[in-house]
Order: sequence, then C-alpha cells, then structure tokens
Amino acid sequence: MGNFLTSSSIGKKFVMSISGCFLLLFLIFHMVMNATAVISPEAYNVICAFLGANWYAVAGTAVLALGVLVHFLYALILTFQNWKARGGVKRYAVTKKEDSVSWSSKNMFVLGCIIVVGLIVHLYNFWYNMMFVELVGQHQNAMGFAPTDGASLIMYHFASIVWVIVYLVWFVAIWFHLTHGMWSMMQTVGWNNKIWLKRLKVIANVLSTLIMLGFAVTVIVYYLKSVGFDFFGLISW
Amino acid sequence: MATLDSKIPQGPVESKWSKHKADIKVVSPANKRKLDIIVIGTGLGGASAAASLGELGYNVKIFCISDSPRRAHSIAAQGGINAAKNYQNDNDSVYRLFYDTIKGGDYRAREANVYRLAEVSNNIIDQCVAQGVPFARDYGGLLDNRSFGGAQVSRTFYARGQTGQQLLLGAYAALNRQIAAGSVKSFPRHEILDIVLVDGKARGVIARDLVTGEIKRFGAHAVVMATGGYGNVFFLSTNAMNSNGSAAWRAFKKGAMFANPCFTQIHPTCIPVHGTQQSKLTLMSESLRNDGRIWVPKNKKDVELLRANLIKPSEIAEEDRDYYLERRYPAFGNLVPRDVASRAAKERCDAGFGVNETGLAVFLDFKTAIERLGADVIRARYGNLFQMYEKITDVNPYEEPMMIYPAVHYTMGGTWVDYNLMTTIPGLYAIGEANFSDHGANRLGASALMQGLADGYFVLPYTIGDYLSHEIQSPKVKTDTPEFDEAEKAIKDKIERLFAIKGKQSVDDIHKKLGHIMWEYVGMARTKESLEKAISEIKAVREEFWKDVRVTGTNNEFNQELEKALRVADFLELGELMAKDALNRNESCGGHFREEYQTPEGEALRDDENYSYVAVWEYEGEGKEPQLHKEPLKFEAIKVAQRNYKD
Amino acid sequence: MNLTLKIWRQKDAKSKGGFETFKVEDVSPDTSFLEMLDILNNDLIHEGKEPIVFDHDCREGICGMCSLHINGFAHGPDTEITTCQLHMRKFKDGDTITIEPWRSSAFPVIKDLAVDRSAFDKILQAGGFVSVNTGGVPDANSIPIPKKDADESMDAAACIGCGACVATCKNGSAMLFVAARVSSLAKLPQGKVEGARRAKAMVAKMDELGFGSCTNTQACESQCPKLISISHIARLNREFLKAKFRD
Repeated sequence: MGNFLTSSSIGKKFVMSISGCFLLLFLIFHMVMNATAVISPEAYNVICAFLGANWYAVAGTAVLALGVLVHFLYALILTFQNWKARGGVKRYAVTKKEDSVSWSSKNMFVLGCIIVVGLIVHLYNFWYNMMFVELVGQHQNAMGFAPTDGASLIMYHFASIVWVIVYLVWFVAIWFHLTHGMWSMMQTVGWNNKIWLKRLKVIANVLSTLIMLGFAVTVIVYYLKSVGFDFFGLISW
Repeated sequence: MATLDSKIPQGPVESKWSKHKADIKVVSPANKRKLDIIVIGTGLGGASAAASLGELGYNVKIFCISDSPRRAHSIAAQGGINAAKNYQNDNDSVYRLFYDTIKGGDYRAREANVYRLAEVSNNIIDQCVAQGVPFARDYGGLLDNRSFGGAQVSRTFYARGQTGQQLLLGAYAALNRQIAAGSVKSFPRHEILDIVLVDGKARGVIARDLVTGEIKRFGAHAVVMATGGYGNVFFLSTNAMNSNGSAAWRAFKKGAMFANPCFTQIHPTCIPVHGTQQSKLTLMSESLRNDGRIWVPKNKKDVELLRANLIKPSEIAEEDRDYYLERRYPAFGNLVPRDVASRAAKERCDAGFGVNETGLAVFLDFKTAIERLGADVIRARYGNLFQMYEKITDVNPYEEPMMIYPAVHYTMGGTWVDYNLMTTIPGLYAIGEANFSDHGANRLGASALMQGLADGYFVLPYTIGDYLSHEIQSPKVKTDTPEFDEAEKAIKDKIERLFAIKGKQSVDDIHKKLGHIMWEYVGMARTKESLEKAISEIKAVREEFWKDVRVTGTNNEFNQELEKALRVADFLELGELMAKDALNRNESCGGHFREEYQTPEGEALRDDENYSYVAVWEYEGEGKEPQLHKEPLKFEAIKVAQRNYKD
Repeated sequence: MNLTLKIWRQKDAKSKGGFETFKVEDVSPDTSFLEMLDILNNDLIHEGKEPIVFDHDCREGICGMCSLHINGFAHGPDTEITTCQLHMRKFKDGDTITIEPWRSSAFPVIKDLAVDRSAFDKILQAGGFVSVNTGGVPDANSIPIPKKDADESMDAAACIGCGACVATCKNGSAMLFVAARVSSLAKLPQGKVEGARRAKAMVAKMDELGFGSCTNTQACESQCPKLISISHIARLNREFLKAKFRD
C-alpha cells in the first residue's frame, strides 16, 4: 500500500473523503442530539451527563479533533499544491464561472475556513464550558451552570440574537460545504457514475438541508422560547 | 540517371507477398540494436512503423512538426477503415477488396501492392482491437461494419465518426510504449528540412527545432518518410494547416523520383467555401452518403429562390428534386466513388443548379433516412458530424439538408517507391499517403487508413530489414561530415535568403495566389490550355515570392511565418510539377479529369494504350525540366475495363 | 464586425510577457475565431510587425492543437467546441476580447499563446497503452465486447488531448485527461489485463509533473470539447484505489 495516502493526489483526496465522511457522520449524531433538546431539555441533559467527561467521550472527542485536523491540514496542503499547479502567481486576467459549475465546489477551502473559525467560537461557547470544565475537575462553569447542563447553556447563548445570527450564518456555510462535499466524497472513492451523479447530488442536497435544518431549528426554538413564544403550547417545557 | 526497378516478385498475385517475405533477408536481434532508423511523421504510417520497428529492436528516432505525435492529420479521418474480413457474410474477400481498389483507382495502381494491401487488411483490424481501439460493435458484442463509396459490400470498420483518431491513438499508444522502453526517441516540434545522402544512400536528415530555431543534424542507417500528402498546395483543402510536401520535395531534389503528382482527390462532401477569409475546408465524412441523399432542385426557379433565401430547401417538393447520383448511377447511387460524385456535383453547379449564394453547393439530405430510421438512429450514427456541421454553418442538419461541395482532400500521387516501399534513393523509404503506390488515380473511402497502417505495421518492418541486413557492418552515421555540412549550409543560406527579401506580401498572400491557380487550372477539370496557363502563372508567382515575400522575425525563435515560407517555397515548385504531369497525361482517369477526354455521358475516358503507366518524374537540377520515366502497369489478375457504376 | 483584442504576448519561455491591444476590422461573422486571428496576423505582417504565435493545425476540432483562453473560457464562450470551431457570430460588433494562453504550471508558455503540453505525452508514455507487439494477436472478433462497454470506452477515447480540462480547472488538474485514457482501456477486456499497473503509473506521472488534484468542480467536463464526463474520473479513482489497496 505504501505511502500513497500522503504522496499521491488521489491518495490525499481519499483521506479528505474519508475524514469528511467521518465528520459528516458526527454532524448527523450532533444534530440528532441537539434535536432532542428541542423536544426535552431534560433528555438532552441526560445525554450530556452520559457523555460528560467519560473516557469514551474524551476518546471520541480526541478522534474527532484528529479528524478535523487531518481534514483541515490536508485541505491546506492540497489547496496550496493546487494553487501552485494552476500557475501560482501567473494567473488568467479574465476568468468566469462556468454555468454548470456549483459555486460551493469552487469555494470549498474558503467555506472550510469559515467553518473552522465558527468551530473555534463554538468550542469556546460550549465544549470549554462543558467537557473542559469537567476535565479540569471543576463542577461549575463561568455561567454558573453544571457542566452537564447543556440545555441551560443553549438557552444562555441563544437568548442573544447576535449569537443566533452568527450560528445561522455558520450553518449556511456548512450547508454549502456539505452539498458539494457529500457527493464529492463518493466521487473521490470511486462510487459514482453518470446515473448516480445526479442521484448523489440530490441526496447530498436533501441530507445537508435536513442536517442544517435540524441545527437551525434548535437555535431558533431556543431563541423564540427566550423571547416568550411558547409555540401555542406545542413545546411545553 | 537512376533506373526504375519496381522489384515486383514473380508468380501469381496471390502468392507474391508470401514468396517475397520468404525471399528477403532478416536482421538478427543483436544487429538490430546497432542500426538507427529515422522516421519522419507520426501519422498512422509513421507512428505504426516507428512502434513496430522499435519493438523489433531497432533504434528509432521519430520527428513531427506538432507538439505531440498524436496531432498528425490522420487523426481527422472520420469514416472508417476497410478490411476484407467478410464478417457480414456479404461475399467479401481479399480478392474483392483488391478488385474494388484497383477499379476505384481507375486501373492506375500497381496490382502487386494493392493485393498485398488487401491481404494484410485483416491483420490491421486484429491489431487495432488488441491495442484497445473501441470500434463500433453490435449488441452481440461483435464488430459492426458500414458501406463506403465504390464498394457493394459492408467492409468498413469504424469508431463513430472518429475512426482515424482512434486508430491513430492506438498507433500512438504503441509508439508511447516504445518511447517509454527507450527504443524510440521522439522529437516533437521538429521539421525536417533536408535528407542527407552519403555515397548515394540516405544517411540522415537536417531538422529545425521549431521552438528554438536551432538547425540540427541526425544520422541513421535508413530514413522513412511518412509525411502525408501535399494537398495544401491548393491553399484551401481539408488538410491540416501545417500539412506540407516539403520532406518529399527535398527528397525529390536529392534524387527520390516523384510519381503521378497530378493525381489529386477532390472529396465530394465538404462544407462549401463561405468567403475570402477562409483558411481551410472541413470535410463531412463519406459515411454520410450511407444515409444521406444528394440532390439539387430540378427547376431553376427554385434555385433562384434558394439563393435569394426566399425559401428553405426543406420546402421544395419531392418531385421537384433531382437526386442526380441516383439518377445517373442506379447501381451505386449515392455511394459512387469520390471522383465520380465530385464531378457530378460540379456538372450540376456548372449547369446552374448550385444552391448556395455562390452557386457552388449541392444538398446532402437526411430527410428520408430520418423518416425511415428516426432521428435517434441518425444521431447515434452521425451525431458528432451533425454537431460539427451546425457549429460551422449555424444550420441544423436534422431539419434542413446539409450543403456540400467538393474540395481537395488527398493526393494519390507521391514519392515513387518499389515493392519494398523504398524510393529511388537507397535507404530512403516512403509510406502511407507520402508514397504513390496503392490508390491509382482515385482512392476509395476508408482505404487511406488501411494503407497507412498496412505500410507501417506489416510491410515496412519486413522490407526494411532486407535493406538493413546489408548495413550491419556500417558504423553509426557520423554527422560531422562534409555531406552534412553542405546540407546544413544550404538550408541556412535558404533561410537567410528568405529573411533578406523583406518584401510586401505575406506568405499567405502568395500561398492564396498559388492555391487559386491550382484550383482553377489544375483542379477538378483540366484542359491543355488551363494547364499551360497554370505552368506559366505558377512560375510568375514563384518569382513574385522570391522577390516580394515578407518573412517576419528571426531564425532563432519560434517563427511560424518562417515555417510557412519554407513550405510554400516548395509548394511553388511542386505545383508546377503537378501541372506538368497533368499536361502529360492526355487522358482522364479517376481524379484526373481532362475535359478533352470524356465519354459522351461525361465520364472519364481512359487511354490504356498510351497511358497505362506510372508517370515518374526525376529532378534534373535547378531551372531544368524534370525528366519523365514510365513504369508500365501490368494487369494480370484483373481485366481492365471502363469503370461502370451504373449497373 | 470590428473588434478590439487584448492578447497575451510573450517573446519566449523565459520572458515575462504582458497584454497588447489590437484592432481588427471587417470580420465576417461566419469566419472562425482562428481565421479572425489570421486576418490580424496578415495585417501585422503587412505593417512589418511580428504576428501572434498560436498553436493550431486541423481546424476541424479533432487534432487538439489549438489552445486559447478566450474571455475567461478555455476554447472560448461556446460549448462542445475547440477554439478552431468557435465562430465570430458568438461575439458582437465592437466587443473587446481577451485572449490568453493556457495557464498551468505543467504547461509553460513557449511564445505568445502557444504552450508546451508535452507533459500529456509523458503521462501516456507512463502507461496509456496496451502492451501488445505488432502481429501475433487474436482475431478481432474472438473476444465479444458488450456494446455498452465499447460505447462507454469510445466516450472516453474521444479525448483529443487539448488540455482544456487542465486550463479550466482551478487546480490545474489533469484528472479528466488521465481518467479518459484509463477509463477507456478499463472498459475493454484488452485493457483490463494491465489496468492496475496503468492507473498507478499514470497517476504517479501526473503528480510528478506538477498537475493539481481533483476537487470535483466539474469545470473540466463543462469546457471539454468532447464532453467527457467526470464519471470517468470516478472510474480512475476506483481503479487507482483498488490497485493500491491490493498491493
């Protein structure tokens, strides 16, 4: 097998694909978990408590961090190499986007950077106040919540319209990234052909929309709750 | 003076090649390693020859003027390649392919060569399939065939409308394999400017590196010219812009005699000329005549309405259309050979029935075929050709008929070669379109690809061994000898002379003038007067060229104007020889149509008594008349008759 | 039609190069783009100036020699064409047209608008062939090949090696070109025999020559004169990964 995963272009793309797929699976899990918070904050907190700072959650987090790191580092390397391959500083004076080319496919790196910035903010907002607090042996975060009280933390942040907007923008970036990334990863591992290309694109669009809607719903519901809207009693917590 | 010895083996035509192969010598593998061969050109002939010679173990150097061997103009051949496989069970055979080719060539080709061509045709298909050429197939997974002009059987193998491309990519792949193995060294963007002779034998070439302008010397034990045809002498032709006759012409001046220069094929189905700014003509494959029907209006009134753009061709009623090929040639209909179809189109246009604004076009209509088979079937068969037509003309051929007109396409004439494909210079070979041998006065469709690959894969690799078996004692050819010095100096002087003229006209201006003379006076119909006129006018244009051409830039750079100037300088001499040859041949045969010699129905009238020979011209020196030699054509296997495509 | 042309001029591979502006007048909408450049060049020669160098040969869209980046598009603003098949009717009277050479570090500019694409030859030399010698092959009909496979092989084999895919790809990737060859042979029993070796060798050569990697933007197939589909890239990926995981 050799070192083709680090040396060859397709090998590197394969790593991008597999790490991307892994991150996608995590996103789905995260979205489902968040959606729980919409139905029942208690149930959400049970999950938070279950995960807590247990070895499996920490190990999972470490693997996840590695996944993000690999995906991002490879993106950095590939983007630089690709920029150089295109001619470096010797570039076209006039370029236009071809009609059939999706905007996101040409801007995956930019989208990725936005996502990473958002991720850092997000980790500070939540992970730092939850798992990290437990890891350093404290029982209460800066807001005064227990580290396993995720629901209160959500409520705390998304009572602010600024955070709501920041997160929604972030979700849009992720949505764009996913719409291309999802079929692209199938193409890279070779599971694609003329017929499936169209299907995969539909699947990618539907799935990324579902995932990002799931996240957005959580944010919006908590914001509306914070301003006193009770959804006609439908969401009764 | 050199003598002509065609070296045709004795015996019945069916066994000549086998017998010859048994008789000629071979070179041992150890000795092959010591022998160098130069191949000029990377089309079907050159690429297949270089690859095969490399596989055998010779050291091969291959040159092309393009940036990659894959660009050679064989790539543009559309329709297909003939072979006598008889896969369709329509009673095809080696003999029938041989017969059709001789007859199609109007009995002006050498029997022995053509029989060999038909014989090896089947091997070509096998070879190409083994290389991964994606020929069209039937649902059963076996190879499909279609029909071409001049044949009543379906023996043409094809890969959509890109057969030449696929065959060339096969040969190019085989060549690439040898380049990777080190047995072939490739020199793209190099143009051969002269052949170097040492002790009367071809021993090397002088080449110009087209990027740097450097003049380089290369030595070898044998040189193979696979440089294609010289149709660009007409300026407007279906040839690629860079196709030229220079290597062959340089060889001519060094003693390689030139055969039948006047035999030019005018292809009936090309997109008509649109204006004076046009640079080249685009062919619409002959395969279109399988399903397309050629017609002009019956009534002059409709012609006028069409020319004035007042009606569309599709509006003309069926009974007002003159399907003149079907009318004149009921047995072959739209699939008559090219020369016949071209002349018939010219006849209708001359009679005032030509249909576009210039009056120089006829219709090629798919209406009947679309009604019979549906647009989808037609799209599957000719989609890429229809698309190409629409891009160029802005007319949708699914709705309106195509407009076509004859254009210069192929040159049957070329460097004279013997049965071994060796020219009159020992050690210099000519293969493919560059030689004269197989197509007589008219080439049948789908036979050029066959000949290029037959020569390169299956003939030259055998016959060149016979010559090289006598060269195994020769050391590597040194290029620092007086012969190379002299050849290089002559080229450098010529280039300097060109730059020194500093005239007012561009090379293209003069090339267009030459092309005009050639088309008007040495084109589809020739007369004694027109040819004499051509000869004097070409001389005048040649003088004009050497007095008034402007070649910009310098030699030491990528200079496309210099490339063109060197080629046109040779065309200006070659064109004259073509006219002289046409003037000498007081008969009509195949693509050579002398108006004085025609049957009452307007068909070509041959004179077998006096002209059943190959006209072979020898260079006698600057300013001297070339000398004519005659290689008599003997027909033993075939009875010579007037060509008949009527019944 | 009267047009203003902004054309990249560069004396040789080492020079820096820059844009020059030219005017051409009285161009018929029926002329091809390259004929329009012929007119300009002829004018330049008459003025005693050096004409513009550009690669071209067959002028019927099959040799793959012509290679201009016109107004932001490889082969210009039309689909399913090479530069030589682009006609002036696609432009308007008075237009300004920017003409640049292919830009990719693997395709260095030689002069003006001509680039060196020998990298493509090198990739094919690495393995873009079936290793059979002349002669000694079985009868052409001895191995039936399903029509669907032969057709798909032909779809890929239609590649003309012009380099528009590389020129248009934001990554300067040659994946479509490599995939076309690998995929064409992978669909045929004759090519399958050395399929694994071929995919590995050609990809390795492609990487070595400095082409970028594929990020599946589909820009290549949109500009490909022969509309070669990126599904062939998927097949190349599959062939390559399969070969590597088997090692």
